[in-house]
Amino acid sequence: MAYDYTKRTDYHADAAAQKAAHRVLKEVTFKPGLPRRGYNDRSLHVDLGALSIEERPITQEMKDKFIGGRGFGLWFLWQAIGPTTKWDDPENALIISPGPLAGNTQYPGSGKSLVVTLSPLTDIPIDSNVGGYFGPLLKFCGFDALEIRGKAERDVILVIDGPKGRIAIEEAPLENVDSHVAAEVFTHQYADDEADRPNVSVVSAGRGAEHARIGCLNFSWYDIRRKAARLKQAGRGGTGTVFRDKKLKALVVHGFPVKGDQNNPADLERIARVGVKMHRELHDLDDLQCHMRRQGTAHLVEIMDAYDLLPVHNFQFGSHPDTPKIDSKVWEARFTQGIPDGCWYGCSMACCKGADEFKIMTGPYKGHVNTVDGPEYETAAGLGANCGIFDRDWLLESTFYCDVYGLDSISFGTLCAFCMECWQRGILNKERTGGLELAFGSGPAQMELMHQIAEGRDFGLIAGQGVMRMKRIFADKGWGDAQLLRDIGMEVKGLEYSQYVSKESLAQQGGFALTNKGPQHDEAWLIFMDMVNKQIPTFEDKAEALFYFPIFRTWFGLNGLCKLPWNDVEPADNASTPEPAKVPEHVRNYCELFAGITGREIDEHELIRMSRGVYNFQRVFNLRMGRGRREHDRPPYRAVGPVTVEEYESRAERYDKQLMEAGVDPTGKSVQEKVGLTRKHREAQYEKLMDAVYKRRGWTADGVPTLETLRELGMDFPELVAVVEKNL
Amino acid sequence: MKVLVGDPGKCTLKHACEAACARVLHKKDDRPHSALRVDPVEGRPRFHVCNQCGECIAICPTGALVRAKSGVVLLKKDKCVACYMCVGFCPSLSMFRAEDALPPFKCISCGNCVKACPEGALALVEQPHDGLPS
Repeated sequence: MAYDYTKRTDYHADAAAQKAAHRVLKEVTFKPGLPRRGYNDRSLHVDLGALSIEERPITQEMKDKFIGGRGFGLWFLWQAIGPTTKWDDPENALIISPGPLAGNTQYPGSGKSLVVTLSPLTDIPIDSNVGGYFGPLLKFCGFDALEIRGKAERDVILVIDGPKGRIAIEEAPLENVDSHVAAEVFTHQYADDEADRPNVSVVSAGRGAEHARIGCLNFSWYDIRRKAARLKQAGRGGTGTVFRDKKLKALVVHGFPVKGDQNNPADLERIARVGVKMHRELHDLDDLQCHMRRQGTAHLVEIMDAYDLLPVHNFQFGSHPDTPKIDSKVWEARFTQGIPDGCWYGCSMACCKGADEFKIMTGPYKGHVNTVDGPEYETAAGLGANCGIFDRDWLLESTFYCDVYGLDSISFGTLCAFCMECWQRGILNKERTGGLELAFGSGPAQMELMHQIAEGRDFGLIAGQGVMRMKRIFADKGWGDAQLLRDIGMEVKGLEYSQYVSKESLAQQGGFALTNKGPQHDEAWLIFMDMVNKQIPTFEDKAEALFYFPIFRTWFGLNGLCKLPWNDVEPADNASTPEPAKVPEHVRNYCELFAGITGREIDEHELIRMSRGVYNFQRVFNLRMGRGRREHDRPPYRAVGPVTVEEYESRAERYDKQLMEAGVDPTGKSVQEKVGLTRKHREAQYEKLMDAVYKRRGWTADGVPTLETLRELGMDFPELVAVVEKNL
Repeated sequence: MKVLVGDPGKCTLKHACEAACARVLHKKDDRPHSALRVDPVEGRPRFHVCNQCGECIAICPTGALVRAKSGVVLLKKDKCVACYMCVGFCPSLSMFRAEDALPPFKCISCGNCVKACPEGALALVEQPHDGLPS
């Protein structure tokens, strides 16, 4: 069936009237500028409570130590808050920063913004990497970062208009806050005409972010083919919740028409050369490798199922017979093909797929026709398999509403799966949920839970608090065994797990739980190296991988880049290189790109040094907030091994064999006994892994960066040293 | 539409076509500025020149590549953001870029190279463009 990609419900008929109702609370003029060698050397700071708007210089030391993006965000947040600040205190800052390489149009995946704030889920800093045009357009108006503090009294928007040289805080009482509407309406309000719409980008969060801690931010990019504001999400950690708590309805940037050299790079030719090489690589190899251009990350669904890694029924199992109903063939057929689906110019990976002409089935937009962005793998796995829902259209429905409501689809998927397992085990029942029957496999029940969360009513008020708080609430109410709830509630540090089963990969258990911000696959994804390719058999090998990859991947967030073009396409000869998992040719591309834009030559060792400084800074930041030690790095047992008899039995042969290898003879033992023995063994293995990783990272046995490590990385600022000394 | 076609049997690799093209497009007469490249492959000429297939039109994120009424694919420079995806994705490797010019460039079937070829190895051939991407 062919879908019309121009057909959708319009929401902008009243845009002009709604704009007329705006009341300007504060307005300043500014001199737009363009970066030189990737940096503007100035940032923008707004306080919504004090109604102040000011520019500040960015120093050479900031650029040397923190690079940009996530680094700038963390540094500004460090200065904004104190050790006792809570996420909803006015001083909590929300920082959006592209990096020095962001906005180049030649290298795929170069349009990213990094959002940093104090998370309402984890009470430590969260960083979230997001596409869309906002960051690059902000940068080409003249700012390397935007920091927002304070709280407005009523709903406001912040407008940064480069062509008009105007920055304003405007009260905006009438616009719908839900993201697909807000992005469309504000784009129409602040673009001069249709041709100007790609020069506007809107950041928004929907009504769900007002009631739940899992609120995300949507960053728009205008799709000229569809004539629609498409959405990309800064998903993790509740950034949208902070946004709405500040009474922000939207951030609007109106920039200048984009050109290919607005970073004023040191050597455009070097960038163009590696960019064209990557475009050609994607042209030649994507169809043979990951099919990102046709399927996006959804291509992973059946691969994860085949390797027993797809989370099914709250991570109990790793595969399901119904997976073909939501696999990549289904999505390829449903996504509109042949449209440049890059979330920034020059992204030939084009993974930002869209399912057009979808008729909404439930909730406030029932009957409307819309384009659904995605689903991506995480969303398909989390909302789908993990909740036992193997139905394409229910997945499109839940994907649509997660974005519209401003809810992180990863956290929502994991918390919904947790609720469904609690239902399965009798921890929840109709009386406790107010009548909501949360059985695995029910698309309508999942949607009802989401609507309740978004509207802040009924059981949704509890579920919207996230898994960590639900565990406490259920245990406090005496609904279930506290240990079982701890075991099956898939969160670390308060952040819900992303969608991979880590039980059979010790390295990935660390990849999730030894993260700075909580279990998110963008730090380390080592399952294939560990389980399939057997490249890291010893503790030292795993520790080396858990040193290198999280640090390497941090670099993307410092520079405003996407991780996907690094290894979701690989050079044809990559497998024959000495370290294929690192994709060495692409690492060299990044060094070339950095030098081409900033003029500073780096090699792969310097790249790691740059990231390591910021990574350790973030660890010390966690310590400053009372976290960041060994006790905070332990995963729930469901992430480590089989919690229940059924889980053990689903892989009995494997588990029995592992017990034998560990010197324990399982013969004659009951399954329950074997579950206990396996647990003892695996938890001991994890402790050993922590020892090895901390040592390799230059941390103490309690997970605290040593003073020597800080000195080596040039991060021995007195205020950091003071925090570390308190924790030694 | 008119499509430029080369005859390897007649070409003697004098590259006069490339110089003529560079003069028209960039007021230079060097090969890197030409939208037509003729390379010797095992002693025989191989032509890299746009066949106006239009696959680049769907690749372009800004709508800068369009099929004109004549059928020829043209680049609107004011819309181009120099991402070079069209360069990387051209099936016949005949979308080009030069170091000193931001937008890429391609054959516009102007015929100057045809006139410049001393051997008569190039011709503009009329072909239908119905059904091709636009």
